[in-house]
Amino acid sequence: MSEYAIEMLGITKTFPGIIANDNVNLVVKKNEVHAILGENGAGKSTLMSVLFGAYSPDSGKILINGKEVKITNPNVATDLGIGMVHQHFKLVHNYTVTENIVLGREPRNKFGILSLDEAEKKVQMLSEKYGLQVDPKAKIEDITVGQQQRVEILKTLYSDSDIIILDEPSAVLTPQEIDELMDIIRLLQKEGKTIVLITHKLKEIKAVANRCTILRRGKYIDCVDITPETSEQELATMMVGRPVKFDIEKKPCNPGEKLLEIKSISVNDSVGVEKVHDLSLDVCAGEIVGIAGVDGNGQTELLYALSGLSPVTKGQIIMNGKDITNMKIRERNEAGLGHIPEDRHKHGLVGGLSVAENTVLKDFYTLKYSGKLGVLMTDRIFANSDKLIEEFDIRSGQGSITPAGALSGGNQQKVIVAREISLSPNVLLVAQPTRGLDVGAIEYIRKRLVAERDKGRAILLVSFELDEIMNLCDRIAAISKGSIAGVFKAGEKTASEIGLMMAGEKSKEASK
Amino acid sequence: MTKSSKSTNKTDQVWIDRLLASEGATSVLVVILGILSGTLIVALLGKNPSSLFKAIWQAFVGYYNKGKGAWSVGPLGDTLTYAIPYVLCGLSMGFANRVGLFNIGAEGQYTVGMLAAHAFAVCIPAFPGQWLFCMVVAVLAGAIWGGIVGILKAKFKISEVVATIMLNYIALYIYRLVALYLFPAGLTNRTYRTADLASTSILKGVFISESNLNIGFFFMILAVFVYWFIMEKTKLGFSFRATGFNKDAARCSGINDTQAISLSMAIAGAFAGLAGACVLLGSLKFGRIMQGQDNYGFMGIAVALVGNSKAPGIFLAGILFGALRSAYSLMQFMNIPREVVNIIEGLIVIFIALRAGLGKVQEYRAKQKIKKAREQEAAK
Ligand SMILES: Nc1ncnc2c1ncn2[C@@H]1O[C@H](COP(=O)(O)OP(=O)(O)OP(=O)(O)O)[C@@H](O)[C@H]1O
Ligand SMILES: [Mg+2]
Repeated sequence: MSEYAIEMLGITKTFPGIIANDNVNLVVKKNEVHAILGENGAGKSTLMSVLFGAYSPDSGKILINGKEVKITNPNVATDLGIGMVHQHFKLVHNYTVTENIVLGREPRNKFGILSLDEAEKKVQMLSEKYGLQVDPKAKIEDITVGQQQRVEILKTLYSDSDIIILDEPSAVLTPQEIDELMDIIRLLQKEGKTIVLITHKLKEIKAVANRCTILRRGKYIDCVDITPETSEQELATMMVGRPVKFDIEKKPCNPGEKLLEIKSISVNDSVGVEKVHDLSLDVCAGEIVGIAGVDGNGQTELLYALSGLSPVTKGQIIMNGKDITNMKIRERNEAGLGHIPEDRHKHGLVGGLSVAENTVLKDFYTLKYSGKLGVLMTDRIFANSDKLIEEFDIRSGQGSITPAGALSGGNQQKVIVAREISLSPNVLLVAQPTRGLDVGAIEYIRKRLVAERDKGRAILLVSFELDEIMNLCDRIAAISKGSIAGVFKAGEKTASEIGLMMAGEKSKEASK
Repeated sequence: MTKSSKSTNKTDQVWIDRLLASEGATSVLVVILGILSGTLIVALLGKNPSSLFKAIWQAFVGYYNKGKGAWSVGPLGDTLTYAIPYVLCGLSMGFANRVGLFNIGAEGQYTVGMLAAHAFAVCIPAFPGQWLFCMVVAVLAGAIWGGIVGILKAKFKISEVVATIMLNYIALYIYRLVALYLFPAGLTNRTYRTADLASTSILKGVFISESNLNIGFFFMILAVFVYWFIMEKTKLGFSFRATGFNKDAARCSGINDTQAISLSMAIAGAFAGLAGACVLLGSLKFGRIMQGQDNYGFMGIAVALVGNSKAPGIFLAGILFGALRSAYSLMQFMNIPREVVNIIEGLIVIFIALRAGLGKVQEYRAKQKIKKAREQEAAK
């Protein structure tokens, strides 16, 4: 038997205007955890889609366990023992966990009627064996994103996959969930599975991977062994092609007047449960205030209320001295509010429109882009997006006319960030701005946020990554159960102290 | 918004690739496939399939009328006359579709448009320019009928599919009630028609006197232009398209999605309402009381599908369906079952749904191109 579980040799795949994979090799040993590292748009997801049979390559060959195979569709991949957890989950929301897992292979009893009992037992067994706690009978819409991911992993285990592909599994997880995921990966490896892990987080690669293949702009660069000596800096340099700075330099913060005042607001979620409770916080010109907290403590609802997506039940929001509590979203935009939303697919981008149209999504109707009679000025719209594509290094097949939905995940995020920053808002709400971005892009976006701060903008940053918050923010507010547990200057407290506050321990001193 | 970007690189694209990538070209292919399958059916029935082509051909160019000893372009006139409601109802379906709505209600909007035109053509004494007045009220009536659905959908989240189906029937029975009991009656023994339409409300014939082709045709062309202009060129259209692709993102960026949904349904209804006026005042020309649905609205769904909900596509698709309908009558003389036309129409819609297959051809060509490039590189 071959030593290798997967050999992808000389794989090439093109899309209109772009070679997503250019003669790429990927060789994965049996029972190893093999990481794939590469910038946004480097072609990682494409390569995995080829392996999984979702795309057929233009050239190249694939060997599984030493045998050459033609993977023409995902069913073939499943039969070969390959399972994939996609970057964007593919679950049916109003089905239960078990129903989703058996979808397509529904077990039937002797009368030909769907029977889930057996399946439920098997799911239960698998979830215990691999430490993937989920309730087999819960509906997908009722469980957290982290649990949904477990369902996706269970799905691959249920069909007895020996090779499991995880495409940016940690991008949607909270730090705690990431730790759990690392344990799960180790357990899977111990049980004899081979794992391909795509991630932008070098820490994760160091933590679990045995080897790592690096791609850059569609090309194979290298495959390296990961040892305790491997440095993150080295990996980052190989991947981006230049040295990357992990810590940003910033000038001392020089806060000005209060630009955003949140005055004891309460907000309900979509089903009417109060998620933000009597919360107050100020953000001044020229500072970045971070909200640190575990997912689900009201961050989402707070941002919804500030951006105008949902109403407050109590309290006031003052921006620039103006009461915006009851303003429509467009009025808030015009008053100088920017928003990089948490859910980029749902709220950030219109996938069917071009990159150009997406860059003017918020101001296409203004005299800048529309004539007096309401006619769009296409030339200006394209000029604007050509400029932003250049400035933010947005990589796509056909530039401005590429549909935003055809961009790689990280490049989609860049389009949103480019749009919001280009509108130069006074107050910028930022949620998870670097989620799914490569280290080079993270460096750039953080730099831009700091530059915005230095221009005197007020920035409110929500992130589940404590690192990001501690790195970027001038002041940090820990949020717990919908209220601020304490506000302090960056550097005043250690990560573990902040962690305690996030867990609900009220700060002794009054805020600030 | 597809042209004039600096970053476009079309130069290395062969025309055939561009053809495959274009939705328009695939629609043409689909239509050809539909007609070829129709041919096959005719042949299987043991008839001469060339007659089918002849009928369709004649629907575009007319035929030599031996009796009169002259060339008759009547069939072309019929083609274009049928195309008026087909295109307008296609626009109605297509417009809503671009905003992410499934408007099955063109039939009802068409019906109330026709009713409004009927009312103003029969209940008030003749005055010059009455036809234009009738068209305007038809457009308004259609817009209101569509707008109701839009508001129900936007404000109360009521499915537009269910609402439009119900409103189609409501429109039909309101037409019958109103026309039977409120409009001046026609001659006593003709219960299926009201009093005659005012002569000033009839649409003038144009070009081809052997057919009912009328100035409604120009209004149809104007409507196609308006559709294209609003959708592709204005900020209103931008907000419609954004809402259609992703309502949440549109709302989050400040676009008023409720307004986009109600307004777009109203505009969709306006197109269908105009169709109603054109058919009554241009083709029927008498106070007909509707017995059942005319089906133009439903055919509009097919027209919009074939035309990809884009203005030029809908226009061409509407003309094509008009031609098929015109061939429908010609086939009688050629001893071919007319039902073949219905089969072709159905097949075209099915093939549209199968369009995905063409992606494979594109993929294959991309593969070949890479191979060639590799070989060239190796040769160097
Ligand atoms: N379906 C598609 N149609 C056209 N272009 C595509 C398609 N899918 C991917 N691409 C292009 O191929 C390139 C590689 O994309 P891919 O999704 O593989 O990147 P990635 O390495 O996974 O990046 P990320 O880290 O941002 O997810 C990108 O430039 C993208 O724009
Ligand atoms: Mg990806």
